[in-house]
Amino acid sequence: MESAVRLAENILAQAPRMTVAKDHATDRKTGAFSVEMGTAGVGLLAFSGDWTLQAKAPGAAAIASALAAGTGIRRIGFDTDALAQWDSTFITAILGVVAQGKAAGIDVDLGGLPAGAQRLVTLATAVPERQGARRTATRDGFLVGLGKWWLASYKSMQDSLAFVGEATIALARFSVGRARFRRVDLMIALEACGPKALPIVTLISVLIGLILAFVGAIQLRQFGAQIYVADLVAIAMAREMAAIMTGIIMAGRTGAAFAAQLGTMQVNEEIDAFRTLGFSPMEFLVLPRMLALIVMMPLLCIYANILGILGGGIVGIWMLGLTPTAYYVQTIASVSLTDFGIGISKSVIFGIVVALAGCLKGLQSGRSASAVGDAATSAVVLSIVMIIVLDGFFAVVTSIMGI
Amino acid sequence: MTGTTHTSSPHIEVSNLDLSYGDFVIQKNLTFTVNHGDVFIIMGGSGCGKSTVLKCLIGLKSPARGIVRFDGADFWSTAASTREAMMRRFGVLYQSGALWSSMTLAENVGLPLGEYTELGAAEIRDLAAMKLALVGLAGFEDFYPSEISGGMQKRAGIARAMALDPDVLFLDEPSAGLDPISSKLLDDLIVELRDSLGTTMVIVTHELASIFSIGTNSVFLDPVSKTMIAKGDPRELRDHSPDPNVREFLNRGASAMTKGPDPARTDSSRPTEAAR
Repeated sequence: MESAVRLAENILAQAPRMTVAKDHATDRKTGAFSVEMGTAGVGLLAFSGDWTLQAKAPGAAAIASALAAGTGIRRIGFDTDALAQWDSTFITAILGVVAQGKAAGIDVDLGGLPAGAQRLVTLATAVPERQGARRTATRDGFLVGLGKWWLASYKSMQDSLAFVGEATIALARFSVGRARFRRVDLMIALEACGPKALPIVTLISVLIGLILAFVGAIQLRQFGAQIYVADLVAIAMAREMAAIMTGIIMAGRTGAAFAAQLGTMQVNEEIDAFRTLGFSPMEFLVLPRMLALIVMMPLLCIYANILGILGGGIVGIWMLGLTPTAYYVQTIASVSLTDFGIGISKSVIFGIVVALAGCLKGLQSGRSASAVGDAATSAVVLSIVMIIVLDGFFAVVTSIMGI
Repeated sequence: MTGTTHTSSPHIEVSNLDLSYGDFVIQKNLTFTVNHGDVFIIMGGSGCGKSTVLKCLIGLKSPARGIVRFDGADFWSTAASTREAMMRRFGVLYQSGALWSSMTLAENVGLPLGEYTELGAAEIRDLAAMKLALVGLAGFEDFYPSEISGGMQKRAGIARAMALDPDVLFLDEPSAGLDPISSKLLDDLIVELRDSLGTTMVIVTHELASIFSIGTNSVFLDPVSKTMIAKGDPRELRDHSPDPNVREFLNRGASAMTKGPDPARTDSSRPTEAAR
């Protein structure tokens, strides 16, 4: 097969050179053809002009219909005396004729073609088409499509549940000190999820605090109740925004990185190498990443709380003219430890979600460059959706519990 | 040329093996035996399922039907834990090397040692350095896989596969992407390791030079009939196989390609010379 391809490249490389030299000065003539009935039922297909990718030659369909119209053809010959330049376009047309002839049981005599074209046509027809290799595009009906979608979703749900189960077992094994992974991997993950995430968390948290304060300030100033901006910012940050925003930042920053890392390892067969050497990818790759986020997410959440409240304070002090002491006292009075506790526990859950989504999508990744990209994308999307959905669930639960 | 006997005892026995992805059959009715100390070649054209057969032998893909036995013990119909234990007895060199990119070469080789032995860190490091020296990579212990050439990655992959002194080493296209000299050196290394350690080698390849210079036994997979169409000594098959497809493959298509200039001439590796 390889040699055949190289042969084709050789011929193709020669073909344009031969023909360009022959007819360079004359105007470019568009390719044309005619069918003439010769003696003894020979249909003579005469080509003229340029049959190149640039020239507008008639398509294979036009030739096919012209041949089909000619009745009584028992043999097809070619006349290429008037043919100027040709390239793959010409070969494609000839192959169409050959296929048509074969289907109709008519002999096709390649004798009249240029030598290079003859060789290319012979080459293209040398290896018969592999039975069953051609893909036929089938359009599924609505119900079939629905069924396939459901089966695929069901399978993916099963896989996800199995993955969560395995992750739970790995965590349990870790808690009794039996999990096997490299400590240095955990350290690297801790660094990536913690100190390295600080700048972006700083920026986003301060801005979120500012924005919350602005939104509140405009309304509250109408009643002269500016001081309650402190309550608004503190409660919103502590209960919701700090946890959600760090979750979303980590989904985009770390979850995507996890998916891309594991996806690339999948492409490089590194995951297979772990499996055949008896290392569980769950313990070796997923566990350190999950642990790192479980440790770092609450810390980041506390940090985001402090900075968010500071951001609110900037607005309160400079725009609303509150004193720092008043703002501080109001903040302390408005939030309880429970509020912070709710936010911080949510951040742990979000950390687990981000780690699991990233690792699951990475391990399920296909073995191509675009599959790794898809894995990173779907890891981020899955994480963010899960974070918002779980946050809604928490809101309902805490309101029922009355905390 | 390597003189080896075909009289030794069977190491891997495959009988009536069928492999498929869903409904799509890859290969069916595979039956062959790999003896202790063989350099066994799994060969065939591109896309015939060579690598899938290898995946089944190394425990990554379960067969649709059939039995694989290592030293008489059934590989696939035992408990997963027993299979894991059996997998400890072999090493695998993946097509791309598959070295763990976040670890140095010494860590790559040392990881299995740390996991499955009671050795201390210093001893593991010495052992890893020794394995790397065996494959000609002394001094590269602290290099990362991305810092060394493709041929060196393959060698390091062999060092890792040999870390636990396996009974059988599986190699997936070891010479793919290597220049003729590196490829020849890799072949020499494979034979050397087989001779000195007695490791059985199972190699998936379609590199004719390698097949003839190191293969002592083989199976030929056909993509059209989706089964094996020949087995035995590859040199024997090249000259005397009753199947013209096999002879054509092993003679570089020389019997089929009569028209046009012979593209094989321009190729850098000349199989007939290397086989001598």
